[in-house]
Amino acid sequence: MNFTLKIWRQKNVTAKGEMVSYDVSGISPDSSFFEMLDTLNQKLITTDGDPVAFDHDCREGICGTCSLYINGRPHGPVKGVTTCQLHMRAFKDGDTIFIEPWRAKAFPVVRDLVVDRSALDKIIQAGGYVSVNTGGVPDANTIPVPKEKSDAAFDAATCIGCGACVAACSNAAAMLFIGAKVSHLALLPQGRVEAAKRVQNMVACMDELGFGNCSNTYACESDCPKGISVTNIARMNREFLGAKLFSEKEKVIKESL
Amino acid sequence: MYSSITKKVLMALPGLFLVTFLCVHLGINLMLLKNDGGRAFSEAATFMGTNPVIKVAEIVLFAGFLLHIAFGLIVSGQNRSARPVAYARSNSSDTSFFSKYMFHTGIIVFIFLALHFCDFYFIKIGLVAPPTGIAVHDFYSRTLLLFSTPWYSLFYIVSFIVLGIHLNHAIQSAFQTLGWNHSKYTDAVKVIGSVYSVAIAAGFSIVPIYVLFFLN
Amino acid sequence: MTRLNARIPEGPLAEKWTAYKSGSKLVNPNNKRKLDIIVIGTGLAGASAAASLGQLGYNVKVFCYQDTPRRAHSIAAQGGINAAKNYPNDGDSAYRLFYDTIKGGDYRAREANVYRLAQVSNQIIDLCVAQGVPFAREYSGLLTNRSFGGAQVSRTFYARGQTGQQLLLGAYSALSRQIAAGTVKLYNRRDVLDMVLVDGKARGIIARNLVTGEIERHAAHAVVLANGGYGNVFFLSTNAMGSNVTPAWSAYRKGAMFANPSFTQIHPTCIPVHGDAQSKLTLMSESLRNDGRIWVPAKMKDVEKLRNKEIKPSDIAEADRDYYLERRYPAFGNLVPRDVASRAAKERCDAGFGVGSTGVAVFLDFADAIKRKGHDAIDSLYGNLFQMYEQIVAESPYETPMMIYPAVHYTMGGLWVDYELMTTIPGLYAIGECNFSDHGANRLGASALMQGLADGYFVLPYTIGNYLANEIHTPRFDTASSEFNLAAQAVTDRLQQIKNSGGKESVDNFHRRLGKIMWEYCGMARNDAGLTEALYQITELRHEYSRGVKIPGRLDEYNPEVEKACRVADFIELGELMVRDAQQRRESCGGHFREEYQTSEGEALRNDDEFAFVGAWEYRGRDVAAELHREELQFNEIKLSQRSYK
Repeated sequence: MNFTLKIWRQKNVTAKGEMVSYDVSGISPDSSFFEMLDTLNQKLITTDGDPVAFDHDCREGICGTCSLYINGRPHGPVKGVTTCQLHMRAFKDGDTIFIEPWRAKAFPVVRDLVVDRSALDKIIQAGGYVSVNTGGVPDANTIPVPKEKSDAAFDAATCIGCGACVAACSNAAAMLFIGAKVSHLALLPQGRVEAAKRVQNMVACMDELGFGNCSNTYACESDCPKGISVTNIARMNREFLGAKLFSEKEKVIKESL
Repeated sequence: MYSSITKKVLMALPGLFLVTFLCVHLGINLMLLKNDGGRAFSEAATFMGTNPVIKVAEIVLFAGFLLHIAFGLIVSGQNRSARPVAYARSNSSDTSFFSKYMFHTGIIVFIFLALHFCDFYFIKIGLVAPPTGIAVHDFYSRTLLLFSTPWYSLFYIVSFIVLGIHLNHAIQSAFQTLGWNHSKYTDAVKVIGSVYSVAIAAGFSIVPIYVLFFLN
Repeated sequence: MTRLNARIPEGPLAEKWTAYKSGSKLVNPNNKRKLDIIVIGTGLAGASAAASLGQLGYNVKVFCYQDTPRRAHSIAAQGGINAAKNYPNDGDSAYRLFYDTIKGGDYRAREANVYRLAQVSNQIIDLCVAQGVPFAREYSGLLTNRSFGGAQVSRTFYARGQTGQQLLLGAYSALSRQIAAGTVKLYNRRDVLDMVLVDGKARGIIARNLVTGEIERHAAHAVVLANGGYGNVFFLSTNAMGSNVTPAWSAYRKGAMFANPSFTQIHPTCIPVHGDAQSKLTLMSESLRNDGRIWVPAKMKDVEKLRNKEIKPSDIAEADRDYYLERRYPAFGNLVPRDVASRAAKERCDAGFGVGSTGVAVFLDFADAIKRKGHDAIDSLYGNLFQMYEQIVAESPYETPMMIYPAVHYTMGGLWVDYELMTTIPGLYAIGECNFSDHGANRLGASALMQGLADGYFVLPYTIGNYLANEIHTPRFDTASSEFNLAAQAVTDRLQQIKNSGGKESVDNFHRRLGKIMWEYCGMARNDAGLTEALYQITELRHEYSRGVKIPGRLDEYNPEVEKACRVADFIELGELMVRDAQQRRESCGGHFREEYQTSEGEALRNDDEFAFVGAWEYRGRDVAAELHREELQFNEIKLSQRSYK
């Protein structure tokens, strides 16, 4: 198969970027999207060109590293897959394919199609965990979790942190990402203990990082490669409002020895 | 500054209040269809203009408008700045088309509202003089006069279709923002919201159509 | 005489770990603050170690080449994690888990380490549940288990087909908590290119900032390697594209010994190669073998018809199918260990009975299971795997059998470590897949996650204290010292040399060529002549590589070709060592199958008299053959026997 690629090229975070056109030919329909880009890069390298930088790692749809905005959709036209699991048979021979980086103020471009998503790490650092230490925990079966809750928590926990939700959102909001983590932990008894504090801290952190607000267009859910549901956003909203309205004022307790 | 979720809630709650108000307004409007020379309509209008409870509600309503619009502007501004560099290829995610244009439909509704205030509310409170030959409180004649102008009726109908579009997304969106999402009820909320928004658009449009084509 | 001392504590096997913990030195909390530890890698081992060490109060710096720690390749592990909880009441115990692991590893692992692994396995499950890892549960709300990878008890805890992901996210969340608390500092998008030794002890690293190309120096009182396995030496493997041996290899070049490098695991259930542009292989969870039946046509004429697409797999009558695993191993059937299943597939394909367009694939058929359990039950068990398969191959496993073929998956070999997980360089530790310690010559399913987390959460935090207790008077190091200068200069020179070598061929081409040599001669089956040939070819390749490789762009910018260039240079050297190791081990064991040493039925034939040892290689210089050291393995608890799965 042959394709015309329009790819965003940008030297570094401060440089000005532009869309550049490339042709690739002889691509197998069974090739993955990245194998197609590998072919282009090998051609560019041998012809003294400048290969295209893109993020990728596991190439099996689970690490969340890949991040291409293909023909107006994060991870391209096929629902429920990451770019690395997108195969060229999803396109028509001779197609022109637009490839852009994720666009958001919170995701500056590192080079070409590579963006810096450490903002998502910062949100997790603000509270996306259960504050347990290694050691000193009860036997696993002393914490029963209703199967339905456990399954719902799992559904939320499958988020791979790729940032497609931010890329798809017309407001570059990260609500699905954080809604998923808040839900995962709020649904489990282990996470319930500090749920009120967690949701407030995580939302505050998200706001600081320059993500947009949710306008419930649900583009995030539609383009999430793991199909994470927007009910998680509603749950976060509920958790957040409950926490804001009903949590007690924080007391500072001085622990003197 | 409020958090993003709080801001959205401060849009959603007044929004829902405005949605219920529309229902009341529509009820009064539909009295125009009663072939009684506008008696029922005028009575209702007088009641709305004099009842002390309604007076209070009116203040709440205006506050609601202001809140909804103010936070709408703030949130939209932030949303725009959250993506400083636009995509070359515009987004083609599977979402309802109009959900991305709430700001735009909101602006159209706002323009309509401004005009509507000039035509009715400002006359009532004496800011604007009524057209010659019509008494300050004679909303019935005022309405008939306006709707007998085809371009005005057309503008009115278009505005309500836009409002319908706005509401279609807004109602379920407000529920989502408030966290009222439930596997059993959310689908019903979406259907009822859509039916309601169609009913509002159609209900309000009936009056000018009636005046234009069936009165006289 | 050997320099290797595993420092295994005295006493009965079951009490060694307790005795060790009671006797090891501790570091006072005030002193922990003054001690710096570098952790390289953020997979299960690295993230859990960094989080636990940070929580103890040490100053931790953690490095990963990915953009965030959450992306380490542990995330791709599908099946599950073993623990000796015995929740199903089916007779499991720490001893049995230990026994199975030693036996599964074909008696080439160290008893004491493996017993400790089995002992701490239960604590891992407790901790992960407390962290909020959503393991599968019964309707009672309690945890459920499954039998996995041929185990005769159900001891595997799992989170659908994404156990690795969920465990890694648990460790990542613990790590994030410590980063927020300031005890751990994260250095993402960094390649660690060299170790710095001061007076023979590991005291720091040289890293390259992948975004800016800057060469950075970081000092610490101890360095922990958790950089994973080296399966990418085969170019095509189930590892992530960025998985590399470089940090471990730089340690090897600085004197850490590399043990059993030839022990690689070939996983039987991967999606077959589609063509020349193939960049990596995708694993399908081994759990598929619980319900899927593996077969190839029994008659050559059916093979030909299939290949010409004249018939569909379902057209072949039951009697004309060769369920070769069930035929050869009636007791275990489709659930034989990975190495056995892989070799059996290779045997059938080599005999010409392979299916698919390339003839290198076998069927994994769910038709019977769907008939027996129903479509919905199969969907709930394997739905996501079937979906994944369909995305890649564009065929539905509900309608036609899957096609699978073995692929390189895990490397049991790695840096030699003692009981404390310390390499032969004092202060340099290796944990998780990058050490050699627990899996012998073959790793059992669901044991990698267990080992990574055991090392990081429950072993290293104890053992490293025993070393650091003697370092409390050592002040923080100056990274402007001559040792750091030398190391940094060496890294810079090496990068310059590669960049300016001015060849015509891309790094990927070299890597692909190396992979072909390794797969051909040092893959599922090896023989002396082939290994000699491989050694020759790899040496040639190494010379060619040093004469010139094409690197576009600059060194001081984001440049993936530079990253790959360093990694591939190390892979070429590693390949050479793997071949040497495979050659010296004149026996078959686990994943290492020497064609000269097999039973009359084609099974691996061990030679315990001569080869019951760990082969640890010491670096002697670039053009000098490495020197082999032996750690003799003592089996006091377990009687060595021929593995039999019949």
